[in-house]
Amino acid sequence: MTDRLALHGVFKSFGGLHVNSDVSFALKAGDRVALIGPNGAGKTTLVNIISGDLRPTAGRVLFEGADVTRLPIAERSRRGLARTFQISRLFASLTAGENVSLAVMQRRGLTRRVLSATADMADVHTECIELLETLGIADLAALPVGQLAYGQQRLLELAIGIALKPKVLLLDEPAAGVPHEETPKILGAIDRLPPDIAVLMIEHDMDLVFRFARRVLVLAGGRLIFEGTPAEASLDEDVRRAYLGSYADARRTA
Amino acid sequence: MTIASARPAPASRLKVRPAAEARGVLVIIALGLVGYFVFPDDLAFLTRLITIALLVISLDLVTGYCGVATLGQAAMFGVGAYAVGNACLAGLTDPVMLLFVGMAAGAAAGLASGALITRFHGLPQLVLSIALGQLVGALANKLSGWTGGSDGLSGITPSPVLGLFAFDLYSRTAYVFSLVVLALVFALLLRFMRSPFGLLCRGIRDDALRARMIGAAVYPRLVIMYGLSGAVAGIGGALAAITTGVVGLDSVSFERSAEALVMLVLGGTGTLWGALTGALVFQIFEHFVAATNPFHWMSMVGLLLIVIVVFAPRGLAHGAAVLWARLRVRGAAP
Amino acid sequence: MRTILSIAVDALAYGMVLFIISIGLSIMMGLMRVVNLAHGAFAMIGGYLASYAVRSWGLSYGFAIVLAVIGTIVIALPLERLLFRRIYRKSDALPQLLLTIGITFLVIGIVNFIFGPTLKPVPLPGVLSGPFDIGFRMLPTHRLFVIACGAITAAALWYLLERTDFGVRLRAAVDNGDMAEALGIRTELIYLATFALAVGLAAFGGIVGAELLPIEPFYALRYMVVFLVVVSVGGAGSITGALAASLLLGLADTTGKYLAPEFGEFFFYLAVIVIVFLFPHGLLGRGALR
Repeated sequence: MTDRLALHGVFKSFGGLHVNSDVSFALKAGDRVALIGPNGAGKTTLVNIISGDLRPTAGRVLFEGADVTRLPIAERSRRGLARTFQISRLFASLTAGENVSLAVMQRRGLTRRVLSATADMADVHTECIELLETLGIADLAALPVGQLAYGQQRLLELAIGIALKPKVLLLDEPAAGVPHEETPKILGAIDRLPPDIAVLMIEHDMDLVFRFARRVLVLAGGRLIFEGTPAEASLDEDVRRAYLGSYADARRTA
Repeated sequence: MTIASARPAPASRLKVRPAAEARGVLVIIALGLVGYFVFPDDLAFLTRLITIALLVISLDLVTGYCGVATLGQAAMFGVGAYAVGNACLAGLTDPVMLLFVGMAAGAAAGLASGALITRFHGLPQLVLSIALGQLVGALANKLSGWTGGSDGLSGITPSPVLGLFAFDLYSRTAYVFSLVVLALVFALLLRFMRSPFGLLCRGIRDDALRARMIGAAVYPRLVIMYGLSGAVAGIGGALAAITTGVVGLDSVSFERSAEALVMLVLGGTGTLWGALTGALVFQIFEHFVAATNPFHWMSMVGLLLIVIVVFAPRGLAHGAAVLWARLRVRGAAP
Repeated sequence: MRTILSIAVDALAYGMVLFIISIGLSIMMGLMRVVNLAHGAFAMIGGYLASYAVRSWGLSYGFAIVLAVIGTIVIALPLERLLFRRIYRKSDALPQLLLTIGITFLVIGIVNFIFGPTLKPVPLPGVLSGPFDIGFRMLPTHRLFVIACGAITAAALWYLLERTDFGVRLRAAVDNGDMAEALGIRTELIYLATFALAVGLAAFGGIVGAELLPIEPFYALRYMVVFLVVVSVGGAGSITGALAASLLLGLADTTGKYLAPEFGEFFFYLAVIVIVFLFPHGLLGRGALR
């Protein structure tokens, strides 16, 4: 079976600063992979390269076997790559429901329509509400995004990602900035993701990593220094050393 | 608006939906009638008011709905007006056909400038919009064969509307014709802005990167919106040419672009009603105050702008809506 | 040959006027990130004050310049405290445009109410009004004076920014406002001083450039976008960028008007479009004061 997503020898440098060096890995359908590493290891840069926000200095990004290294963001998204951001990015002047329905309509190719009112599209509406219900935020659909609590905004961002029915989903610290009592909701939502999606999650919180991931990638100084199960990672000497240097940072959840 | 409630849409809502557009048409016709009876001797002014309202609405499509700040919108208005003037002088005198000429010319100008302007953000975007507007202005001055230069284009005499209603000295036909066009355009745009396309535009304005990440190609959308905006501005210009019979350099001037922006913000960006309100209020005041002393008028507009930015940054329409909501709450309380 | 020389001198003089007026705006936009359309209004106030000082009070040209520049700053500072401060470093340009358009309109209305709606020349002293013999050719003295003013302004600004304590703080604040604040640099005071500097330069440019950009009732509106365009082409916050942009656009405009006067501003704005398209952040980068 073709890998859903594969990186081949990806390098990224800004000026003289090497942020990613020779990173290679692959995700298959149904994978649950955590990308961990101390702050400044280049994790978000890597996600930005995969999503198309940044171009790698060298190396290739393959999506279902096709080279997407030079494809624009929107085209990757249409092929089935979705992501969330470390700090929520939502359509601020729209309601929660509109945020999700926009993703649904975009996926279904309905956003070219200019004379049919969105409110009349009953099936879009139904799909949105069902999705919001599975995340437990259906009662917030009519609220403007600005009135949602941060934890709810994180859930909404997840909802947008799921609404795109992606083949690969990138989650950049989905629990970051969320009050402790609300993290279980986000964990629950991640547990209930459709099993076929390949998910790559950046996370600092090791509890979350252990619970979610079947495989762990450790990035330090821009290089992949470890790939294996979470249990192996916690015993690995290199991983310990990488984390020890910035232990305090690693404990931070934000 | 779309997902207004958590419950699945009841079937009855589907029938209620066209009401927003119908209400728009009714309100505009009602306002038009009021105008007709309040200013019976000033129908030419009311007609002009409508043409400028179309310009302000067109500006709202790019500035309010897509977040593109522009100070060159009059260029598309002027291109539409000059195209209509030339078409009419060349023998195409049917007013409805002329409207389509203006619309097409405006749309072409909009697509061309949108293709350039929406590639950029912030200061470069603003400066390009200004420079394009000024370029069109300079060309209008230079190409006097087509534009009449600083004398303007005159002698534009369209034939009767639908072959029935001739344009009269009192601007009655001109006014009713313009009013109907405005109502139709407004209703269509109300519909458009509630469409998935319209929703996506607002999404792009909020966060273009997020929009790309859900698979939306941002640039083509913005160019299309610029084309639509140009079409609406072109209709405004066409109406101006048809109803006044002349097209002057003022129709492409920077001042007109700046004034349109002022009117838009006065009324409130991002709602069609705001654009309409701003255009009406501004021009009615201008009509009375500017006639007495243009410099007092400038001082007043200046002060008003300062007050709006400081106290009501979301425009008159929004301010009025907030006030209305408060009054209703107070009225409902025992 | 004669034409080329006179075009060159006129273009250089015009470019220098653009530079003197625009450089203040450029520094302001680099530091406070504010799209300011009211900059020309301050040049206009300076011109009106100088004209009044020379014609009604009979002051000498030099003294009138000093007085008018100071007067303009005094008039403008309350506006900074009350209005401009609200719109610094806003991501949304719309309030900035509106507020500064509003201030421009207000200034036009008030200035015309006080001084009347006529053209206001700033009479030149005898030494500056005649021709000047450069050995093989006679050139208008005033043009040379303006060019010298521009050169001195550029040199003085360079010294101010590179060699003084204020310059160090200013550049720190431009590069990183938050960092500067954290280092104990009071950005609010820096903003105020920069605003005063920008307004003073605008007034100075408005006065010495009055022969080329005549002081008239709608001055602030007529040249409203020209200065903004110069800053954009040069790159906000860049002295050399503003100088290069001023001279380049001055050349494009003057040459265009000499050779094809019926095209008006066509070549000026064509040059603007091409440059902005090729260098969206200006000829010389953005941000850093250089």
